[in-house]
Amino acid sequence: MNEDKTTTPVDSGRRGFLGTAAGVSAAALVAPGVFLHSVAAAPRTEAVTDAVRWGLLIDTAKCADGCSACVSACERENGLDLQEPHSATSKWEQQQAAWIRKVKLQDNQTGRITNLPMMCQHCEDPPCVDVCPTGASFKRADGIVMVDRHLCIGCRYCMMACPYKARSFIHQPLTGQLTAVPRGKGCVESCNLCVHRRDNGEDSTACVDACAAEGHGAILFGDLKDPNSAISQRLREIPSRQIREDLVLNTGVRYAGV
Amino acid sequence: MAKAVVRIGLVALGLVWGAFAAQAAQADEVKRYVVEGSQAAERSACVEPTERMRRMHMEFIQHQRIATVHEGIRDTQYSLTGCVDCHISYDANRNPRPINQPDQFCGACHRYAAVDLNCFDCHASVPNRPAADAEAAHRAAGVTGAPHGGGH
Amino acid sequence: MKRVVYREWRIAPERYWSLLGFLAALIGVAALSFGYMEHEGHWVSGMNNSVVWGMPHVFAVFLIVAASGALNIASIGSVFKKPIYKPLGRLSGLLAVAMLMGGLLVLVMDLGRPERLIVAMTSYNFSSIFAWNIFLYTGFMVIVIAYLWSMADRKGGPFNYSIGLFALVWRLALTTGTGSIFGFLVARQAYDAAILGPMFVALSFAYGLAVFMLVLLFSFDEEGRPIGPRLMRRLRNLLALFIGVALYFTLVYHLTNLYIAENDSLEHWLLLSGGIYTFLFWVGWILAGSLIPMWILYHPVLSQQRDWIIGACALVIVGGFAAMYVIIIGSQAFPMALFPGHTIIESGFADGVNGAAAAYWPTIPEILLGLGGVAMALLITAVGVRVLQFLPESLADDVVAPDEETLDAPPFAKPA
Ligand code: HEC
Ligand code: HEC
Ligand code: HEC
Repeated sequence: MNEDKTTTPVDSGRRGFLGTAAGVSAAALVAPGVFLHSVAAAPRTEAVTDAVRWGLLIDTAKCADGCSACVSACERENGLDLQEPHSATSKWEQQQAAWIRKVKLQDNQTGRITNLPMMCQHCEDPPCVDVCPTGASFKRADGIVMVDRHLCIGCRYCMMACPYKARSFIHQPLTGQLTAVPRGKGCVESCNLCVHRRDNGEDSTACVDACAAEGHGAILFGDLKDPNSAISQRLREIPSRQIREDLVLNTGVRYAGV
Repeated sequence: MAKAVVRIGLVALGLVWGAFAAQAAQADEVKRYVVEGSQAAERSACVEPTERMRRMHMEFIQHQRIATVHEGIRDTQYSLTGCVDCHISYDANRNPRPINQPDQFCGACHRYAAVDLNCFDCHASVPNRPAADAEAAHRAAGVTGAPHGGGH
Repeated sequence: MKRVVYREWRIAPERYWSLLGFLAALIGVAALSFGYMEHEGHWVSGMNNSVVWGMPHVFAVFLIVAASGALNIASIGSVFKKPIYKPLGRLSGLLAVAMLMGGLLVLVMDLGRPERLIVAMTSYNFSSIFAWNIFLYTGFMVIVIAYLWSMADRKGGPFNYSIGLFALVWRLALTTGTGSIFGFLVARQAYDAAILGPMFVALSFAYGLAVFMLVLLFSFDEEGRPIGPRLMRRLRNLLALFIGVALYFTLVYHLTNLYIAENDSLEHWLLLSGGIYTFLFWVGWILAGSLIPMWILYHPVLSQQRDWIIGACALVIVGGFAAMYVIIIGSQAFPMALFPGHTIIESGFADGVNGAAAAYWPTIPEILLGLGGVAMALLITAVGVRVLQFLPESLADDVVAPDEETLDAPPFAKPA
């Protein structure tokens, strides 16, 4: 769409403004969207199948420096913003859960800066699933890698195995969780591509909506198996890659421009 | 060791359940747990016949749990969310009261039956579905003081 | 050469009960820390989302590795037919079981949801090395108990060799399995090395023997049972050899890592600029844990002295903990190479900004929990030797078998 906009200086000023206002605007813009979706869509009645494989395409050229709309949207959607700090700040930063995070890279040779969001990469052959002793870490038929927190014993072996550091352990007791997203102390969790939205037939994730609402549109969500889906078409158009391609995990999250 | 504890726990649970079932058999005398002011109080039936619900609800929920988490099926009537929605009651200020409280629907009967559930460690014990106004809902429900508070 | 007689450990009751009381107190404190960590959640520990396994795992892995190493003595006696080691077989088996239990207990107590242990026992994922290890561990206990029976009961004698062989194979699998818990983690550079399995076997030889010797010397000293110089020399030389082998594997591990260009930064960090990890590697693992004990054990004068030998064993154990700390925690602290050729300059989740290592500092409850595992292992051993006939009355030179290989001699150590 408006790809070239992201690099203009005018835009970065606007971005700064939006960055600070992200929480407010995301809520204002997304909430009605969610409402519309949930009216239109119905809860799923049949088991998910492998006819679809959900994935994300992240165009790092459009991902703005200093913007964290996707992160705050994810936290609101999944109740992560309700976490209360327990330990001292520096320690807490390492102990609180994060399903999505912004990362800023610099190429060692050229000095080029890249911004991108990192989350569970939803591998086709996920190492976390291989190592989980109880089978709590699993891949749903539609490609979503997640944790069945009724089976998770909290051993954290999956976190040791994940090459993307995508998982978080809940280090503290929680209260006031959202109905749609149960979470609790002693289990491991990570991005599940807003699985409750998937099962209610909505057509995007919280981070995607927020990024679009910010006007960046850097994240595309869709079915990788459907050749006509927007994400598949875009993947055909622009060069993209998987992070740590050397591990041949065939991730469901792809990045353009890194 | 832990296994033994679990086993003792199960035995104790069985005994209590036995006593409970025996009592439930005397149909007229059954104590009612549906709480005043809940949606359920205004309806005539649960998702299954009441007697069946009393005895089998854990199995329904368990089955639903697997179907939902692993297969993404969300429409069935046995969802835990559904139980909470319909059985929740409200206080004078129209604030929902956590369903696992010892005087509320799930909590009261489980306390009577000495069943210790940890489901609501993770699952919301009050309905607060829309993510955007979750905070308001929490505050309203008095589930947590200040979600963003900094204290330790 | 006399018949070997086994006797219960009969030290004075006051001493025995105060020993037990001390160990029980340690276990009690560990139970309290467990309760605390369980109730509060893991935020009270130093562990975080970057360093997900901490001090409890250092203790647990050390105990498990040392457990399989402790069984070596029995294997050498019955499988490799070195009769001089035969009288030590029973204690070796007991220590192996005790340390394994201690280690597993610590692992379990550190789970995020220990009350779901039943889930771990009923629902398995067979592609997980962790799940396989659960079988390896429980199997190990069963086999060692059978092995002990074959050593102690007249009827078991004929099976002694075959059970011993089986136990040997099993323990090799167990240590390799424990090493492979780390060895198959492609995500982390330091772990992505097949040599970790064999390296753990080598380490287990040294740690197991060091613990074994300490327990043997302590229990014999307490009761005034004699150990002859011949056996001491054997054990001493064996320990020196094992330390050497472990050191060799350590060297190979780091050399191969240096050879693989992409691991250069890891090696540079660990060997030179890794702060506490560099210190623990050089001073703990290499110097105190390997070089100094080897020097003591090969020293013409010092190696003759009991106290120095005890010191060497203790140093090997200290070095073992340092090694586990470096292997388990250091390898997690080193940032993962998410974007080769790039430097992460900002991150919302501690991704090693500008190559910084993740922070981890152990807290007291974690350490107490780990110590509780050690205390549990020692408690089981202390009770075992007290109520059953695990310890030979004497290991003086006129009791233990001659050094020569006696391949076709009849089983030497007849049950008492
Ligand atoms: C649509 C509303 C509704 C939903 C959803 C619902 N219930 Fe009920 N439930 C009722 C009503 C109404 C009754 C009282 C029936 C009667 O009077 O016999 C009841 C009764 C019960 C009883 C018997 C109470 C007693 O006093 O003995 C149990 C147990 C129960 N429900 C459990 C559940 C569980 C568990 C779920 C979730 C799977 C659930 N209910 C979902 C409406 C509901
Ligand atoms: C009429 C009494 C009664 C009510 C009301 C009730 N329960 Fe139960 N529930 C029991 C009893 C009794 C057991 C123990 C059954 C057993 O162990 O066999 C039990 C067990 C369970 C279990 C299984 C626990 C385990 O450890 O496996 C779940 C889950 C459960 N209840 C959920 C609920 C929920 C959710 C509600 C509220 C919507 C509810 N129950 C309301 C009586 C009740
Ligand atoms: C450690 C946290 C945790 C605990 C404890 C827990 N759950 Fe869940 N539960 C979850 C999560 C996470 C989901 C997945 C929700 C989703 O995917 O939308 C879930 C989903 C469910 C679902 C399907 C969704 C629904 O609303 O119907 C059921 C049923 C369920 N759990 C039942 C239980 C029962 C019964 C217990 C107690 C015995 C329990 N859970 C304890 C975390 C937990």
